[in-house]
Amino acid sequence: MKNFLKYREIWLLAGIVVLIGLISIRFPGFADPANLRQVFNDTSILMILALGQMVVILTRSIDLSMASNLCFTGMVVAMLNAAHPAIPIPALIVIALAVGLVLGAINGFLVWRLNIPSIVVTLGTLTIYRGATFVVSGGAWVNADQMSPDFINFQRAAFLGLPVLSWIALLVIAVFFLVMTRTQIGRSIYAIGVNPTASVYAGINVGRTKFIVFCISGMIGGLAGYLWISRYVIASVEVANGYELNIIAACVIGGISIAGGIGSVGGAVLGALFLGIISNALPVINISPFWQMAISGSAIILAVVLNARGERRQGRIILRKAEAA
Amino acid sequence: MTDTPAPRHIPDRLDKPLSSAIFSWEALLVAIAVVIFAVNSFASPYFLDPWSLSDLTFNFTEKGLIALAMALLIISGEIDLSVAAIVALASTMMGMAVQAGAGTPVLVAIGTVVGLGCGAFNGLLVTRLGLPSIVVTIGTMSLFRGIAFIILGDQAYKGYPDSFAFFGQGYVWWVFSFELALFLVAAMIYWFVLHRTSFGRRVFAIGNNPVACQFSGVRVDRIKFILFCLTGLMSGIASVLITSRLGSTRPSIAQGYELEAITMVVLGGVSILGGAGSILGVVLAAFIMGLVTFGLGLLNVPGIVMSIFIGLLLIIVIALPIVWRRLREGRFA
Repeated sequence: MKNFLKYREIWLLAGIVVLIGLISIRFPGFADPANLRQVFNDTSILMILALGQMVVILTRSIDLSMASNLCFTGMVVAMLNAAHPAIPIPALIVIALAVGLVLGAINGFLVWRLNIPSIVVTLGTLTIYRGATFVVSGGAWVNADQMSPDFINFQRAAFLGLPVLSWIALLVIAVFFLVMTRTQIGRSIYAIGVNPTASVYAGINVGRTKFIVFCISGMIGGLAGYLWISRYVIASVEVANGYELNIIAACVIGGISIAGGIGSVGGAVLGALFLGIISNALPVINISPFWQMAISGSAIILAVVLNARGERRQGRIILRKAEAA
Repeated sequence: MTDTPAPRHIPDRLDKPLSSAIFSWEALLVAIAVVIFAVNSFASPYFLDPWSLSDLTFNFTEKGLIALAMALLIISGEIDLSVAAIVALASTMMGMAVQAGAGTPVLVAIGTVVGLGCGAFNGLLVTRLGLPSIVVTIGTMSLFRGIAFIILGDQAYKGYPDSFAFFGQGYVWWVFSFELALFLVAAMIYWFVLHRTSFGRRVFAIGNNPVACQFSGVRVDRIKFILFCLTGLMSGIASVLITSRLGSTRPSIAQGYELEAITMVVLGGVSILGGAGSILGVVLAAFIMGLVTFGLGLLNVPGIVMSIFIGLLLIIVIALPIVWRRLREGRFA
């Protein structure tokens, strides 16, 4: 039981249950299973993105370009759909994954081969990818009436009682769980975050692994691009502007240490759910949505304060210079 | 053990060959600035007009003021992502004061004090609780701007007094605006503090090895706290300028400024890992970003496309020296 309580995911889960309880006092229908399924579905895209960001943060890197990647890929897919409605949706999803992969690989290449800190690379590509969206679209929007019915309805179709979007999120969560806990690359990602120098001596190719995590976050950004556009049925340059920080916030609330090496799939999912519940609950309990930003900001600060207790900090700075070895 | 070794001569400073000055980061930035300036002059006949060039400076003075303090913070190994949110909160507070009938001196005081207070809040969280600044300031970024949204919602504050307009719209002499004069004075102060005082040396030392600094008797936490306060203060001052220039306050004011300020700092040659950088580089980077955005603006290039150039500039300028070094060593893979 003592070991059980050590997991920060348990505490986060307890926090979410308390939060739902408090909301239910004001609005009893909130804890209704049908409503909770709706909240899960609403949060699916953020959960997927948080998982992609998590693998990057675990390696002591950061991907600030995810929301711009989402915007660009979403625009490409929407324009393809508008021009060629005959392309089947699974093919479009593959295209979205591929476009996202290319954008992620560019980040990864610059981090891997040129050793530029990831925060600088993705700060640059953050603006480049969003600018590129403007270039490919000419500043025009793709509206709902230009999208094919399949494009819009695919993720809304019910399958075994849940919308396809929720199933996609569950599938991504399952894949990430297996990769992070049952494969060599998953272990390597944790190892690099805990101690990059020791990882080199253990035979892990640190640079290539970082390249791979950026490819993963890129693919996730691309997938989220299609899902976002087909959910909110508008593709424009402004899509998900500033959302990169929401993704990082979900990770931070989920207990993923920005110093790398600490975090879990469950944490990222719960962190995203926490933010999703807040944004879903505010309107129903009659709090102005303008409060949302300040509340999530306070939640982030609180989460960092609570998480900082269990983290090991020593040794990090001394070994920093050796990482490039 | 009879003869003691002759004391080795340790030079005060290492010899700096001319080549290192020519190939320095600042020289690269000057070259880039000259090229962009020349291209701009050829591309648009309106560019080489004193008033055009004066307008150009408004593109970077406000963000540049923030970047000066941010440079010190990044050199010390920390970062502040909440600067734009501080601008929004300070501007909102000034707007509230205007509704209550405050005059110009009170407004300026409120803007700077709110900025200072927000910076101190960040500093306390980072130094007292030992939290990573990147996450703390992502949190306070939402918190500060969130408070502005709670107060203002979708409304806007207007009705700033006429005398308040001087800070963002006034000119000190001929084409030299108050904003530019303030930026240059601030740049000189920051240059002096960083490169000519023991405080500045400590900032560099902390960025290189905070543990060693702690053992050497440097009050690491206190200096970091001061740097966070300075960054907040500069954001407050920038808020006064922006609010005065726009003459109104919305909660979305200065959105995205934090990334532009950090881009200036990194473009200016400050290591994002801390421990290296110069104020001259940051000032040059601010000018370059102003030149690029203004030049492209004269050519009717939309703002979003300009951001591609800024992003490319950032990555290329950082990557060039690395690629160059590898090519010379013949081990570029």
